[in-house]
Amino acid sequence: MRTSHTLPVLAALALLTSACVTINIYFPAAAAEKAADKIIDEVWQQQGKTPAKPAEGKPADAAPADNKPAQ
Amino acid sequence: MTLFRQLMAATALAAIANVALAAADIEVNTPAINQIKQSMQARNAQLAPLYGSGAVGLTKDGLVSLRDANAVPLAQRAQANQLVAEENRDRSQLYKEIARANSHPEWEGEIRSTFAQRWIDKAQGGWYVQKAGGDWVKK
Repeated sequence: MRTSHTLPVLAALALLTSACVTINIYFPAAAAEKAADKIIDEVWQQQGKTPAKPAEGKPADAAPADNKPAQ
Repeated sequence: MTLFRQLMAATALAAIANVALAAADIEVNTPAINQIKQSMQARNAQLAPLYGSGAVGLTKDGLVSLRDANAVPLAQRAQANQLVAEENRDRSQLYKEIARANSHPEWEGEIRSTFAQRWIDKAQGGWYVQKAGGDWVKK
């Protein structure tokens, strides 16, 4: 009878833990830099320095590079 | 116990999936962001000469500053001040909007410092940029 009581508690704990991970997420530094470059190029209209037409819907980005903690 | 283990494994997987998903990209294509961008783009025609003359420089915190008012003819000084104020309003709004568009308002500071670094890196030769200590240097 003990397991039937602890399981819901564990499930709730697990949910909470996963929610915490979602909140304390790393800041995607590499993606932010890329986004900043795109906006800066458009504002300053520096077509010569970067590809004029960057691929809009880029697929999987190199996420492993984003290893800087959000603090 | 096996159920517990399975549950923990599933949780761990879900957590990893969440991190990977959220870290993959930054959303900058929203109507609000595009509007700010266009406003800044239009203003750039007037700001660029001020960057070039060294009257306006790029600050270490992602804004612009009238660092040498004497480089602007007296008659145009009020307009230069206004351009700087408007540009800074747009820039601050831009950083805030990007953070909000990505459902992480708390990222505003990091987005601002990312932009600060990139504005300075991409500034043209001859423009003034601010170092971390606050000193102005000519690129």
